[in-house]
Amino acid sequence: MDQGAQTAAGNSPAAAAVDPLLDVDGVTLQYKTKEHLITATYRVGFKVYPADRFVLLGPSGCGKSTLLKGVAGYMRPVEGNMRLKGVDIKEPGPDRVMVFQEFDQLLPWKTVKQNITFALMNGGKCKTQSEADEIAMEYIKKVKLDRFEDTFPHMLSGGMKQRVAIARGMAMEPDILLMDEPFAALDALTRRQMQEELLQLWEDTHFTVLFVTHSIEEALIVGSRILVLSPHPGQVKAELNAHHLNHDNTADPNFRELQQKIHDMLFADRILEEELAAGQGDQ
Amino acid sequence: MSTLPQTVVRPEFEADDLATASHADVARKLTLWERIVDLDGVRKLTILVALMLAWEIYTRVSGVSEFILPKFSDTAAALYDSLVNDQLLIMIKNSISVLLTGYAIGLVIATLLTTVAIMTRFGSDILSTLTAMLNPLPAIALLPLALLWFGLGSSSVVFTLLHSVIWPVALNAHTGFMGVSETQRMVGRNYGLRGVMYVAKLLIPAAFPSILMGLKIGWAYAWRTLIAAELVFGGAIADTSGEQSGGLGWFVFANQMDMQIPYVFAGLFTVILVGVIVESLIFSTIEAKTIRRWGMQSS
Amino acid sequence: MSTTKTLAEPVIRPEFVNENITDAHTGDVAVQLSFIEKIWNINGVRKAVILLGLVGLWQGYTVGFDVEPLMFPSFVFSLKTLINDLFQGDLIWKVWFSIKVLIYGYGAGMAIAAVLVLWGTSSRLGGDFIAMATAMFNPLPSIAMLPLAMLWFGLGTSSLVFVLVHAVLWAVALNTHSGFKNVSTTLRMIGENYGLKGVPFVVKILVPAALPSIMTGMKVGWAFAWRTLIGAELVFGASSGSGGLGWYIFESSQNIETEGVFAGLFMVILIGITIENLLFRNIELRTVARWGMQR
Repeated sequence: MDQGAQTAAGNSPAAAAVDPLLDVDGVTLQYKTKEHLITATYRVGFKVYPADRFVLLGPSGCGKSTLLKGVAGYMRPVEGNMRLKGVDIKEPGPDRVMVFQEFDQLLPWKTVKQNITFALMNGGKCKTQSEADEIAMEYIKKVKLDRFEDTFPHMLSGGMKQRVAIARGMAMEPDILLMDEPFAALDALTRRQMQEELLQLWEDTHFTVLFVTHSIEEALIVGSRILVLSPHPGQVKAELNAHHLNHDNTADPNFRELQQKIHDMLFADRILEEELAAGQGDQ
Repeated sequence: MSTLPQTVVRPEFEADDLATASHADVARKLTLWERIVDLDGVRKLTILVALMLAWEIYTRVSGVSEFILPKFSDTAAALYDSLVNDQLLIMIKNSISVLLTGYAIGLVIATLLTTVAIMTRFGSDILSTLTAMLNPLPAIALLPLALLWFGLGSSSVVFTLLHSVIWPVALNAHTGFMGVSETQRMVGRNYGLRGVMYVAKLLIPAAFPSILMGLKIGWAYAWRTLIAAELVFGGAIADTSGEQSGGLGWFVFANQMDMQIPYVFAGLFTVILVGVIVESLIFSTIEAKTIRRWGMQSS
Repeated sequence: MSTTKTLAEPVIRPEFVNENITDAHTGDVAVQLSFIEKIWNINGVRKAVILLGLVGLWQGYTVGFDVEPLMFPSFVFSLKTLINDLFQGDLIWKVWFSIKVLIYGYGAGMAIAAVLVLWGTSSRLGGDFIAMATAMFNPLPSIAMLPLAMLWFGLGTSSLVFVLVHAVLWAVALNTHSGFKNVSTTLRMIGENYGLKGVPFVVKILVPAALPSIMTGMKVGWAFAWRTLIGAELVFGASSGSGGLGWYIFESSQNIETEGVFAGLFMVILIGITIENLLFRNIELRTVARWGMQR
């Protein structure tokens, strides 16, 4: 089913032929709290290519959300650099649209359709209202929310709100879509449905997405390539391929195997400590 | 399909040992200077001092008439003088005792009204009709009537204060009680709370944000009404009460009549001071110890 | 072992399926309310009855006990005075005068508050200044500024407007500024994401997101301004030549025309209700209530 990935895998030297869309190189990010200056990530580097479903995976405290905010332009790195299509990222802009975890990311004073046209008009994507309306309706249909286009956000369920946010992000047709744990606040059934829908949407247009999650399973299903980050501060542990995995093969041995491998990677330190403790107990 | 960009499959990659890569500055304490600048109080104090300096310098340099804007130093001296030598302290006491009398009686009446209102639907209708009508009526407008009915004296002022306290307090308390969630009510009954205990231990804490809001608005209206009443009829009220010589509002008014402008400013400062003390110290402390601690109000 | 209680075991019983649920109900499931009960359940009806009752009490007391009209005129007498003064006297012009001053003061207060808050959102110094100025001036009853205003601007409308500005400015600035500060980080980031900066960011993101707070500020500002205006007119309305509604009340009480005082109070209540319940309530219904943002 993942036809695109199959053909690309056929001629794998293609990696060199295509330029990376996003190039993050040796990035250290720091932020201030009331009393401390925290280093969130330390010299992290990765490359995202067009049509990647690139996942940033790691436990809490690995700076994955901070990294995403850096790419979005909300924070500047203290060392290293981040380039989109070869241009340094300096500030937030509509070429990198962010989808958040929080339900309040929709503007409560705008209807579903107005939320999308607001983005299109202000983001410089559309010049006229009618043009924006047309694009908005197209994407509202894509996320199966026609009939709700004139509803205000507070009347929608959590899953519907996230659908609107995704439709708003995709309607902008950004160079890269940034998703910060967009399904984390949803119930298990809705989350699975949303993952499937996201993959279906990807099949339609092969957009590029940078996806943050702390769930290994979600990373394997949604992602085509996974960046595994270690915590305190965030550093690159590994970069793995998952383009061959989706909902249909969660029971396959190679899915289970990769899941176990990442799990071991993330919790290796803890296991080591436990073994040490056990060893001392024996003596 | 063929025109769509395709996934680029690249070799996988695993880092060796991360321990060598970590470095010291994971979390650093902010420097002392950074923290001092972040302190709200320090920044606000600086602004306050700067404003006073600007005032003093402006009045000295521009030579503006002291009947228009007296020097800051003269104003401070006038404040000191009237606190120590004049009767400003007694006037503050007069104002506050009238205020407290009105506020306390107002609270009692508001409590009674709210009790009737939460017990019966008819009571609730009476309360909402009365508040809808009388809340938009400025209490000071009742002063002429009060003077007619109660004569010149503090009882007229207390009457107008009552009017300014009762409606906002009763209205907010009633809304608060009505807004207590059904779940919380059921929890209370589940654990056997009944009658007075139910009101005291469940309804009042649950409705406290709203009740406190009513108390604050009631105070704000009462304070404004009192100053206005003293400004208008302070002289008359003061005359009848003999040696007790009016309140703060009267102090401001009398000094303006005598063109003692630094003393007018001194009076205004005292009004601000009393207001700040009640709002920032008393109400903020109550807020911090109750609803903010309980997480019922943000920031 | 003897201390341990014997544990209760679950009792396994035969299973059971109810086949005919549809035939099961007996009698009324929902009883129709009687006609009178239905009418009594309408809020407006009950409130109108209460209002009529209160008016009846007033009229009955004053007429029945033959109360001296100078002390407490009857309802009908007061109402007649109101209608008479409105249509034959110059009360309507006095009301217009008050409303005009109120609009000037309120408008100017809002404009200054807007400039101040804009400064407050763009720099930390501005934010600190607003926080301090509001903490200082909000507890200062604006009517206390009247003596100063008359000193600076003389007797007249400009003094009244100055005092009204003071009444509106701090309440609006305080609430708007704190409303802006509480706008969620997510919404701010969304705004920046779509390239909004500066004034468009404030107008398109901060103002609508903080509208509940701004509305509160405008309502409080209105309440203070209204109280201040009536108070100020009571005190000094006379000296400004053509007085307003407050002056009408004062004049009536000076002439011991108590029915005129009541007529003035009716007018004050009427205007207050119109602005609070019609104007502000309607704005709220069309905005924050519709957007599900009202607390």
